[in-house]
Amino acid sequence: MATTTEAEQVTPVGEDSSWYERLKHNRNWLGFLFMVPAAAILLVFLAYPLGLGVWLGFTDVKVGRPGQFVGFDNYAWLLEDDVFWLSVFNTFLYTVVASIFKFAIGLWLAVLLNRHMPFKSFLRAIVLLPFIVPTVLSALAFWWIYDSQDSVISWTLIEMGLIERPIDFLGDPNNARASVIVANIWRGIPFVAITLLAGLQTISPSLYEAATIDGANEWQRFWRITLPLLTPIIAVVMTFSVLFTFTDFQLIWVMTRGGPINATHLMATLSYQRAIIGGSLGEGAAIATAMIPFLLAAILFSYFGLQRRKWQQGGVDD
Amino acid sequence: MTEASVGRKAAGREGMAYLESIPRNVVTVYIPLAIIVFVLLFPFYWMGITTLKTNEELYAYRGLKALWVYEPTFENIRHLLFETDYPRWVWNTMFVTVTATFLSLFCAVCAAYGIERLRYKGARTIGMLIFLAYLVPPSILFIPLSIMVFKLGIFDSNWALILTYPTILIPFCTWLLMGYFRSIPYELEECALIDGATRLQILTKIILPLSVPGLISAGIFAFTLSWNEFIYALTFISSAEKKTVPVGAVTELITFDVYNWGGLMAGALLGSLPVAILYSFFVEHYVSSMTGAVKE
Repeated sequence: MATTTEAEQVTPVGEDSSWYERLKHNRNWLGFLFMVPAAAILLVFLAYPLGLGVWLGFTDVKVGRPGQFVGFDNYAWLLEDDVFWLSVFNTFLYTVVASIFKFAIGLWLAVLLNRHMPFKSFLRAIVLLPFIVPTVLSALAFWWIYDSQDSVISWTLIEMGLIERPIDFLGDPNNARASVIVANIWRGIPFVAITLLAGLQTISPSLYEAATIDGANEWQRFWRITLPLLTPIIAVVMTFSVLFTFTDFQLIWVMTRGGPINATHLMATLSYQRAIIGGSLGEGAAIATAMIPFLLAAILFSYFGLQRRKWQQGGVDD
Repeated sequence: MTEASVGRKAAGREGMAYLESIPRNVVTVYIPLAIIVFVLLFPFYWMGITTLKTNEELYAYRGLKALWVYEPTFENIRHLLFETDYPRWVWNTMFVTVTATFLSLFCAVCAAYGIERLRYKGARTIGMLIFLAYLVPPSILFIPLSIMVFKLGIFDSNWALILTYPTILIPFCTWLLMGYFRSIPYELEECALIDGATRLQILTKIILPLSVPGLISAGIFAFTLSWNEFIYALTFISSAEKKTVPVGAVTELITFDVYNWGGLMAGALLGSLPVAILYSFFVEHYVSSMTGAVKE
């Protein structure tokens, strides 16, 4: 961040002007002033708690009781905790499966919406609805759709003669995992589809025309033109998607609260369960901190995705 | 457009569309599209239809017949509005959301102008750090923040949310506005500087009026993000009358002895309406803010 010592090196105004005049025209000093409001909030409520969270992971602080430094005790404890490992497994399963489906269906939807068709802008607008409506509230709707006795899906399938008894969507561990993943995919598709659609619209139609004249069929055009040109934006969109899926809390908390028998606990929900419900803030912070390495890996991936994009556009890597 | 273009070379079809036949399009485009859109919208339909049903009707039909409401009632909505804390939650959410959005916009405008236009030493690095801040998820911050909020004495008050939501909103808004400011020609600013305008005057009289679309985009997106926020509101607020809509709906409307699905769905529907209405007016701004953040 710009400091006054740096600022003093650049003083375009004559020596006779007052310190006020000088400061008013100094880029570094002005830049510092303009950054103050944002920096104050981000340093106090983002950077500091990030550090504090890592520190808390090394303490045994509980609700209403200051803790002491206990080194790696929390982590040693977690390493032997089956529920923690189950939550790690669930988080990966949830992220990987949901991201693959979000990507595949999202890309498909983007390609479909990229055609000329009636009501195109209206369609694009309503497709985004699942993304803008509060996740918690749509999760409530899913909770009702997944009801063990009166699920609309169960009853429709029974009426069609496909099943005989209602499906226990959220009561059975594997069903519950599948159900929350489906809800997450449902919520994530619009974001992937609309951002990829924006990417698709930047691809010049003349490329497709040229390929068609050369005899390329639809699949070839997709694999040889659309996908390569879309790769940079796919990298960024999917990094965002993976990050937010990995740290998801809302959907799970509303629909299952980590149950049945911890089958749907993600690291975020387990951390909430242990820290806020159970009161072991230190242990919860350790679980939250354990997510950071994975997030860093995803961010690095995003960074290299961006780099590649500049290079592909003929820009210079810096 | 479909009817007009039955003929393969009919006017009005753009690009290579004449290469495709209508029957083929129905199978490869319209049917998949219809299925995806149906799945994406069904939960909202189900929300709405459940809201309008009486409790008797809810359990009377269970198959395909349940997809329609035969004796619509507003009882669930009336109960929600007049016999629960729901209006309070809407007011709380509105207050927190609007305040946090304006606070974030103010901070973001200053920061984006500083980074993009003053270009002080290290501006690029700061810009990158702000982008990284956007990627820090609330789920790893809520534990340390809950301790801070408690020590600051703002636990269980609107201020706990007004001060913490900007950590999500500022990075996003700054990043978005940086892109907008970049597109405004430098020459305008240089002219003003020569005419003796101060940086503050340039910002308020030249840059801001020119970036109104960007401000709306950032504002709409920030509004939606904070309206939808859940984990901070769940952690920092404990008394029923201070809750936000998402938290209130999940913690207070669910009665575990008898599931009141009609009431619950009414809460979900009404809570979604403000963002849905706002969104319907500013679809283009919303889409540009969402894609803008990714494209940068």
